[in-house]
Amino acid sequence: MLDNVWLIPLFPLIGFLINGLFGKKIKNEGVIGGIGTLAIFCSFLVSCGILMQLVGLPAEQRVFEKVIFPWIHAGNFKADMAFLVDPLSAVMIMVVTGVGTLIHLYSIGYMHGEEGFYRFFAYLNLFCMSMLLLVLGANMLVMFIGWEGVGLCSYLLIGYYFEKKSAGDAAKKAFVMNRVGDFGFLIGLFTLFWWFGSNHNIWTINFMEIKAASHLLPYGGVVTVATLCFFLGATGKSAQIPLYTWLPDAMEGPTPVSALIHAATMVTAGVYMIGRMSFVFIKAPETMMVVAVVGAATALFAATIGTAQNDIKRVLAYSTVSQLGFMFIAMGVGAFTGGIFHLMTHAFFKACMFLGSGSVIHAMHHALHHGHLHDDPQDMRNMGGLRKAMPITFLTFFVSTFAIAGIPPLSGFFSKDEILWQAFSNPYHGDLNKVVWALGCIAACFTAFYMFRLVFMTFFGECRINPKVKDHLHESPLVITIPLMVLGVLAAVGGFIGVPKLIGILPNYFEHWLEPVFELANEYGKQYAHMHEHSHSLEWGLMGLSVVIAAIGIFIAFTMYMANKSLPEKFTSAFPGLYRAVYNKWYIDELYDFVFVNPCKSLGNLLWKGFDVVIVDGVVNGVAKLVMAFSAGLKGLQSGYVHNYAMGMALGVVVIIAFYVFR
Amino acid sequence: METIAIPAINMSVIAPEMILSVVAMALLLINVFVKNEQKGYLGYLSIAGILVTLYSLTIGWGAPQDGFSGSVVQDNFAIFFKGIFLVSAAMSILITDQYLQREGCNQGEVYPLMLFATVGMMLMASGTDLMTIFLGLEVLSVSLYVLAGFNRGSIRSNEAGLKYFLLGAFSTGFLLYGMALTYGATGTTKVVKIAAAAQSGMVSSNLMLVAGMLLMATGFAFKVAAAPFHMWTPDVYEGAPTPITAFMSVGPKAAGFAAFLRVLLVALPVFKAEWSSLLWVLAVLTMTVGNITALYQQNIKRMLAYSSIAHAGYILVGFTAGNAVGTSGILFYMLSYAFMNIGAFAVIILVGKKGEENNNLADYAGFGYKHPALGVAMCVFLFSLAGIPPAAGFVGKFYLFSGAIQAGYIWLAIIGVLNSAASVYYYLRVMIYMYFKEPTEDFNWVRLSPAFIICLIIAIAGVMIPGVVPGTILELAQKAILM
Repeated sequence: MLDNVWLIPLFPLIGFLINGLFGKKIKNEGVIGGIGTLAIFCSFLVSCGILMQLVGLPAEQRVFEKVIFPWIHAGNFKADMAFLVDPLSAVMIMVVTGVGTLIHLYSIGYMHGEEGFYRFFAYLNLFCMSMLLLVLGANMLVMFIGWEGVGLCSYLLIGYYFEKKSAGDAAKKAFVMNRVGDFGFLIGLFTLFWWFGSNHNIWTINFMEIKAASHLLPYGGVVTVATLCFFLGATGKSAQIPLYTWLPDAMEGPTPVSALIHAATMVTAGVYMIGRMSFVFIKAPETMMVVAVVGAATALFAATIGTAQNDIKRVLAYSTVSQLGFMFIAMGVGAFTGGIFHLMTHAFFKACMFLGSGSVIHAMHHALHHGHLHDDPQDMRNMGGLRKAMPITFLTFFVSTFAIAGIPPLSGFFSKDEILWQAFSNPYHGDLNKVVWALGCIAACFTAFYMFRLVFMTFFGECRINPKVKDHLHESPLVITIPLMVLGVLAAVGGFIGVPKLIGILPNYFEHWLEPVFELANEYGKQYAHMHEHSHSLEWGLMGLSVVIAAIGIFIAFTMYMANKSLPEKFTSAFPGLYRAVYNKWYIDELYDFVFVNPCKSLGNLLWKGFDVVIVDGVVNGVAKLVMAFSAGLKGLQSGYVHNYAMGMALGVVVIIAFYVFR
Repeated sequence: METIAIPAINMSVIAPEMILSVVAMALLLINVFVKNEQKGYLGYLSIAGILVTLYSLTIGWGAPQDGFSGSVVQDNFAIFFKGIFLVSAAMSILITDQYLQREGCNQGEVYPLMLFATVGMMLMASGTDLMTIFLGLEVLSVSLYVLAGFNRGSIRSNEAGLKYFLLGAFSTGFLLYGMALTYGATGTTKVVKIAAAAQSGMVSSNLMLVAGMLLMATGFAFKVAAAPFHMWTPDVYEGAPTPITAFMSVGPKAAGFAAFLRVLLVALPVFKAEWSSLLWVLAVLTMTVGNITALYQQNIKRMLAYSSIAHAGYILVGFTAGNAVGTSGILFYMLSYAFMNIGAFAVIILVGKKGEENNNLADYAGFGYKHPALGVAMCVFLFSLAGIPPAAGFVGKFYLFSGAIQAGYIWLAIIGVLNSAASVYYYLRVMIYMYFKEPTEDFNWVRLSPAFIICLIIAIAGVMIPGVVPGTILELAQKAILM
């Protein structure tokens, strides 16, 4: 089975080719959606097989590299198209193909009747292929191809409704911001490659080879530079400060895209990348600190913005940014397992919530369409009381909300608690870890608040939709609700594979599973910081605290949006400035426009009109004219007469012979 | 007791050539019984013959053997080149029938002639005796003279055939004289023995040997269309029937390089300083003249003729380097060049109609919109010719130029890259016509026969797959160099 790992990205590629080339001719939505879904489902089956086989092997043998074909060999540089299967990539392929299959299935219902249905499935398959390349790549170049590929697909899918200007702009924004990050990724890659090559004559970009040579890396110094560059790449792809503003705008894409790309898979690529190179990152304590602080800041910052948004998808988008921040906290404090664990549980509950919001929007859209109304189907102020009309959507969403808020025993509780505990107890960042922990706790409180605000506004209370169309609100079809139910169940029970040792009702399978991957990094970590012993009572206490914090958030949301509905009004009128700032996302977009975008535009204009048109074009055109004149002259030599040609040849021979004989 | 050395015949060395010759002769006979409109079947028979030959070649990979007292050899180098010849012959044959029917010169002899030309090329690649090489060259050349003038009704085709014949005969004189001088100096025509003689100084006159080498070089330079021996190329390429032009621009050029490489690298490595300095000048001249003149062309066939001159120049860059990277780059590049050039010519044939070849750039206005698939195919070929990734042309050029850099010819590589940049202009210009000019025609005469579709698919695959995944082909090429 392990030898067949190449099949995993191949199936979506085939699906992409069929739908991309012939989709327009096939026309039948069932066939197109079926092909797309089947392609990724086949990958899922292969992934399951690979996981089974890995489980069957002894822990230390669970690393397998498969060279698909030799690719680039130039001088010292060698990169093969090769895949790496280990516990970490196994988790990732399971998440990508599993959640991917559900979202493909969902899309058949959600995208029904859309123009360019085939285009959507082609892109979605292409995305899955790129994402699988990213997580399976055995060297940085293969990973980078996937990295760029998912960026491209994200661009294409955000701009899916390209006739809408806002969608086009959002797509461009996402692409440009990602490119800024990708630049960092490349610089990091080059730095590492160059350092190993010039200092130790190890010319490699292969992860396993770097791992084997990682004992040569110094602590700090060049490693800090390289890892900071890599982290810049991660902030772009995973929407962290300072490169996060594209993700909320990316909600212009169809909702399944938001669920798959902008919640469950692509945006976690940065977290995965740090996990993949944990043995490099751990050698750069400063970078680890930056990662943890940026993660904590993002987690809190995005959570505050989430409290004041009225668009259901935007709330979820900021929630995603915030949750990604939690994952980066975990990576930054050396809790790699915790980060990957949260990545997985987040994929379950956030995908479920996004799909649930899609189901809501779908129903709202149909109802409003029926009444020929032009209200915004995504605005929560138009919703309310939907739990009666859409019981399945409501129930799954409700479960996922409890999960993200961190209520035991749902999945989010275990993963988030793990991260917060590690942030508190890790020895790496001196006293700073308490700050990171505190920020995380506040962010968790906000998370519970804004998520329950969303639930209360959408599903509870009075229905605020135009009464004319109230009766046209219906639950979505099975093809939409089945994925919701599956994800809802996973969001509920998915945490049980990683129950902390402290609770001990189940072994911590997840930590055990990833242990061989992060073993080396943990060892390096011990070399510069020793784990303090913490008492069990402290751990129990913090665990209780995080539940209490979540409960406080829920309680505030309940008072404001269920019990006393005039409170939000009073609050905004009491602090109008604060409310405006939060509602306008702390004016970060405006700030970026002012600091980066506009100056760049004016500089570009200046260079264009001053430098480019006059100097560059002048030189280029001048050279071109010169060459063309030369060309006309040479053309004249071509007379068409055989004797002239023969003469030319004879002259050539004479000159050559004469030169060598008489020199 | 004295033993009598029985010349080792070893027929298996030339088995592929024999298979192909027998097929060609059989086709000549069959041709008599085939009606005019069904001559296309002869093409399919010849492709079957080519496939069998190709199979017989693959058996010998990795197990070099020689025969006829060391006059021919079947080594990886020869096999790789023969693969290029056979592929280009097969692809050209695929696009021949439709063209000849359209132009009303559908004589069946074209297929045997192309096969004989291929046999000649194969002998050139295998030849380890100057005489064998010369024999192969003549078999090739005589077939090509006829093929160039194959469209008897067209004055341009006749002119092309005649010009090619006259100038070819002229250059053959130089080549043969060079061989004679070499024989005079070393007393042998076998490349290995020439090398041994030159190495040990058992040469009657060093000057004579050098002069022989230079004359041979000019002869080969004519075959590969290197400046200043290139002038026949545009006229012949333009006048010859287009499928023949496609064939001529790839196979014979590769054959010329195969023999050229073997003679210089195996027989005369002693004079490497001399011949590489000569090749340096030839490479620069050829690239520059080819590219610069191509800039001005309005006729696409002529433009591709100059482009093929320029490509000979790029290959000479790798040849000048004369090292492993450069030589394997030549093999890689020749193979990719076969796909991209024949692919481009296939599209050119389709754009033309009876009596009107539509070879002017203006005739391509809006073609990309009327026939999107063909437009994209043409773009792929042109991008590859221009050396833009991820097409094979880029990878090939990369290895050629890095070979030159490794051998210390930095300036040569820089000139090559500059030339390559200039060439982008005339390749992209075709695309500008295809996509940015209003269509003046509706191109309703363009008819894609299955043979064309197969040829184009092979060509696109041959350009894109080695471009994205150069590893496999490159490994083969590295195993096929003469070192």
